[in-house]
Amino acid sequence: MKTKKESGNRFFNYFKTYKTSYLMMLPYLLFFAVFTILPVIVSGVLSLTDYDMVQKPVFVGLENYFQIFLNDEYFIVALKNTIVFAIITGPASYVICFLIAWLINELKPMARSIVTALFYIPTIVGAAGWSVWRLIFSADQYGLINGILMKFGFVNEPVGWLTNEEYIMPVLIVVQLWMSMGISFLTFIAGFQNVDKTLYEAGMMDGVKNRFQELWYITIPAMSNQMIFGAVMQIVNCFAVGEVSATLAGLPSTGYAGETIVTHIMDYGNLRYEFGYACAMGVVLVVMMQYSKKLATWLIGKMGH
Amino acid sequence: MKIKNKKRMGIDNRRSKIGNGFVILLLLLLGAFMAFPLYYTVIQSLKPSEELFQFPPRLYVIRPTGQHYTELLQLMSNLWVPFSRYLFNTLLVTFTGTILHVVLAGMAAYPLAKHKFPGRDALFAIILLGLMFVGQVTFLPMFIIVAKLNILNTYWAYICPSVGASLGLFLIKQFIEQLPDSLLEAARIDGATEWKTYFRIVMPNIKPAILTVFIFQFVNIWNGLSKEMVYDEQLKVVKVALEQVSASNAYARMGSGMAGSVLLMIPPIIIFIIMQRNVVETMTFAGMKE
Repeated sequence: MKTKKESGNRFFNYFKTYKTSYLMMLPYLLFFAVFTILPVIVSGVLSLTDYDMVQKPVFVGLENYFQIFLNDEYFIVALKNTIVFAIITGPASYVICFLIAWLINELKPMARSIVTALFYIPTIVGAAGWSVWRLIFSADQYGLINGILMKFGFVNEPVGWLTNEEYIMPVLIVVQLWMSMGISFLTFIAGFQNVDKTLYEAGMMDGVKNRFQELWYITIPAMSNQMIFGAVMQIVNCFAVGEVSATLAGLPSTGYAGETIVTHIMDYGNLRYEFGYACAMGVVLVVMMQYSKKLATWLIGKMGH
Repeated sequence: MKIKNKKRMGIDNRRSKIGNGFVILLLLLLGAFMAFPLYYTVIQSLKPSEELFQFPPRLYVIRPTGQHYTELLQLMSNLWVPFSRYLFNTLLVTFTGTILHVVLAGMAAYPLAKHKFPGRDALFAIILLGLMFVGQVTFLPMFIIVAKLNILNTYWAYICPSVGASLGLFLIKQFIEQLPDSLLEAARIDGATEWKTYFRIVMPNIKPAILTVFIFQFVNIWNGLSKEMVYDEQLKVVKVALEQVSASNAYARMGSGMAGSVLLMIPPIIIFIIMQRNVVETMTFAGMKE
């Protein structure tokens, strides 16, 4: 009896000690739990069911996952395209961001601000910004690219950049590159400005000869934390490609050539109401992101040492 | 000051002229690639119709005109929901969502950064995990949750999902972490409660982080407002309304579509330019250890 009461008191005291900390976090955590964590849990649960939002979900076990990998040829296309984005635009824009941030680090503050704005603005203007690409790659002779190519006689007929299966992915890659420089770029800018200047002077004494050695031996190890954050943001970006493809190439795109996992989820969720199946694809996507993050962190860790 | 310059020159001497030329060339090329679509949007919105449908398309405008802008505004004012209503919805939703997020995330970031309590590291690990659960990936279950909470087709359907995002909390927490503990100790010795310490001492010292999160959140809500969650015409936002108008006859209204794009791009750009310095300062602390 006595011990029970004591432990009850202890629990009470325990809570009392940390009460303020917990109370301060509570309002945010409520939103976080319901609107960030719960969606993933709901996805996980519904992925094991057959659900159309009208009738009650029916438990089907791993059926959806088998369907995805064994029976849905367009998921394989979507998976392939998503990986292409992850392999090409992810690292490419990461490296470009890094190089640009490194190059402009030495400019005067004013020039640096202008370049920073230039590289960041495409990220924040959203759909309003990327809709112009539809005009640039328009399938008629008034499209910019077609106009130029026809004028100089490279092609005789306008090319359907966003309707021809061959060209959809390359065009989307260009657009995605354009709009994905944003947040990791800002992180690198900040990272470069924050590297301790005395490290460079010490490096000179130790025989660092040119700026590439300086970058490799001093700067990169000094900002590996920022680089990990940049990588995480970039991974999120390239695995979440979907809206661009849907807006520019259509949903579905010609022959599903521009299909990504996200557009495939839109297809099954928004158009066919097969929520269980769509949720299973969401789970696959989240798992892929998680493992890519582990891989990127490991790679950066290796570079840093 | 003089010594500093000398050292600076010492470093610069190791950089070759050819290298500098190459750097400038590369910057110009990439800069052109980044800037061109924005430039082209503006140009297209200023071209009179006969110049829009001209072969070959021109990269500049000969007789600039504001006709697409006036046409767009006319189209908007003829809708049965007045334009001012869309504007009101947009401002209400964007500001409520942004302010709510900044206040709540800031309040949660403080104990995570400066208090010791059981479960802190686990909690932070979950929040880091949450960085990956972005709207583009979880939009379907989000729709189901919003529907089950009975806030579908209300302002809350715009606001709530973005308040729980974890990027803002992460940035503010990293920023608070580097504040010196002595600052907080001084307040505690004076007998201030933790709430007071946060609002009186911490918040004024993390302005750059708060402003940065403000921009990110503003831009997110501004661009991310979705058609699916809110379908009542009276509750729609400017972005959706503009898209409807220009999409209803995309070919004939190419010019006004571009004019709409220009108008939609302006607010995020202005806000970013004003607050740029704060953003860079905040991102300095955005590093992640693993």
